[in-house]
Amino acid sequence: MAACGTEADFLDAKEIMSPNALNAYDEVLALLTRYNPNNIEISGETNLNSDLNIDSVSAMDLIMEIEDRFEIDIPINLVSDVQSVQDLVDVVKSRVEAA
Amino acid sequence: MDIFDKYATVSGRHDELLKIGSDPFAVCFEEMYSSTEGRVNGRRTILVGTNNYMGITFDPECIEAACDAIKTFGTGTTGSRIANGTYGLHQALEEEIADFLGRRSAIVFSTGYQANLGMLAGLAGPKDTILMDSDSHSSMYDGCRLSGASVVRFRHNDPADLDRRLTRLGDDGGCRLVIVEGIYSMLGDRAPLREFVEVKKHHGAFLFVDEAHSLGVIGENGRGVAEEQGVEDEVDFVAGTFSKSLGSIGGYGASNHPKFDVLRFTSRPYMFTASPSPSNVASVLTALKRLRAEPERRQRLWNNARQLYDGLSGLGFEICAPMGPVIALKMPDEATAVQAWNLLLENGVYVNLALPPGTPNGACLLRCSLSAAHTAEQIDQVIERFGAVTAIIADQREMVAQAGE
Repeated sequence: MAACGTEADFLDAKEIMSPNALNAYDEVLALLTRYNPNNIEISGETNLNSDLNIDSVSAMDLIMEIEDRFEIDIPINLVSDVQSVQDLVDVVKSRVEAA
Repeated sequence: MDIFDKYATVSGRHDELLKIGSDPFAVCFEEMYSSTEGRVNGRRTILVGTNNYMGITFDPECIEAACDAIKTFGTGTTGSRIANGTYGLHQALEEEIADFLGRRSAIVFSTGYQANLGMLAGLAGPKDTILMDSDSHSSMYDGCRLSGASVVRFRHNDPADLDRRLTRLGDDGGCRLVIVEGIYSMLGDRAPLREFVEVKKHHGAFLFVDEAHSLGVIGENGRGVAEEQGVEDEVDFVAGTFSKSLGSIGGYGASNHPKFDVLRFTSRPYMFTASPSPSNVASVLTALKRLRAEPERRQRLWNNARQLYDGLSGLGFEICAPMGPVIALKMPDEATAVQAWNLLLENGVYVNLALPPGTPNGACLLRCSLSAAHTAEQIDQVIERFGAVTAIIADQREMVAQAGE
């Protein structure tokens, strides 16, 4: 799993070629709304489990929603190390690019 | 930093449960009076959460077969199947299972958990993709991990979603293995296998069905949901357990595939553990013969399921699946579920408390499982004692309503 990304990652030239990857952060944020009933402010560093209380099964359900939103597949064995929102966004971006 | 720090959240949650009553994860049956009653906290308790579907654990013939085997073959095999742990009993059981299921070959594992682990880790490899129903049992999740395959989840009991995901995967040269259960353990709902078969055929995938909760329970001969839906020939691999309808411990995998037995020297959970003890194997062998000879057990089980289902729905409970031997009641929240579970236990009824993430969709459940051995009187008593639970739920609703005002 890649380390936490930075804002600069979004401006990476390769990603500008791919609008889906460019929007990954916003799209993931939108999908997270349902998992954030207490409206905690979310940043890239927000921890899915300890901050948002998303358990292992809910996290996999979220992955299914992301797969459908981006029309990609994200094998769950690729996301076992995902902890933060940014980790998740990084996986989405890499899968979008690989698709 | 302490090595157990990572469990702080779950430990805190467990501490909260203990404030409400007994530890739901440390129930002890101090004595067993029969397959349906035991002593819990010094109290005679009706057991409605043991998955003992056929009620065969105290069957005199099974007990005698187990005693004879222990005297003849000893207390344990002290070895794995690929070394010194294969006895004539293991082979006889494999032949009996294959014959019962109408499969070319069956392989016995030491537990049901290991059967799923061994089947999935043996069948799929790093270049393959497993498509797994999202409500699958933990043993299937763990088997997937051990296989090294890519694992894509599809929406529970949704063949159209499976179709979409298989299409999206395209062709990378690897095999596709679709894995589902016959009856799902937590909610008791059944897989639409006929529809799944259509999808798997369309995509050239293999289909694996875990019939742990359906063996003995469903189908004209008790072979499970695949038999009930008439698709056994299209199910490439089946697995199941000895610790439910067959009243012992262990598990099996079975198939018509001519190369299936290669798993005996490629599947690590089969190879690197001691084989089931002779007494276990002997009791399973007898239990399977009994089950085949006495289809009326299955009828009694369904009659009992009908009685409890009607009684509990009459009390107004929300039941998660159509009538069947697993009856899961949805509770409004974790605290209410724990309180209700404790109340039942104090009144001499044991059911399973099931909480997320061990349940689908974050549900908090009181899960009942019926047995052919339950009497109508026992079930009437269970229904009566569930009556008190409705008051707890009503109180909780009132509290929520007041808080909202």
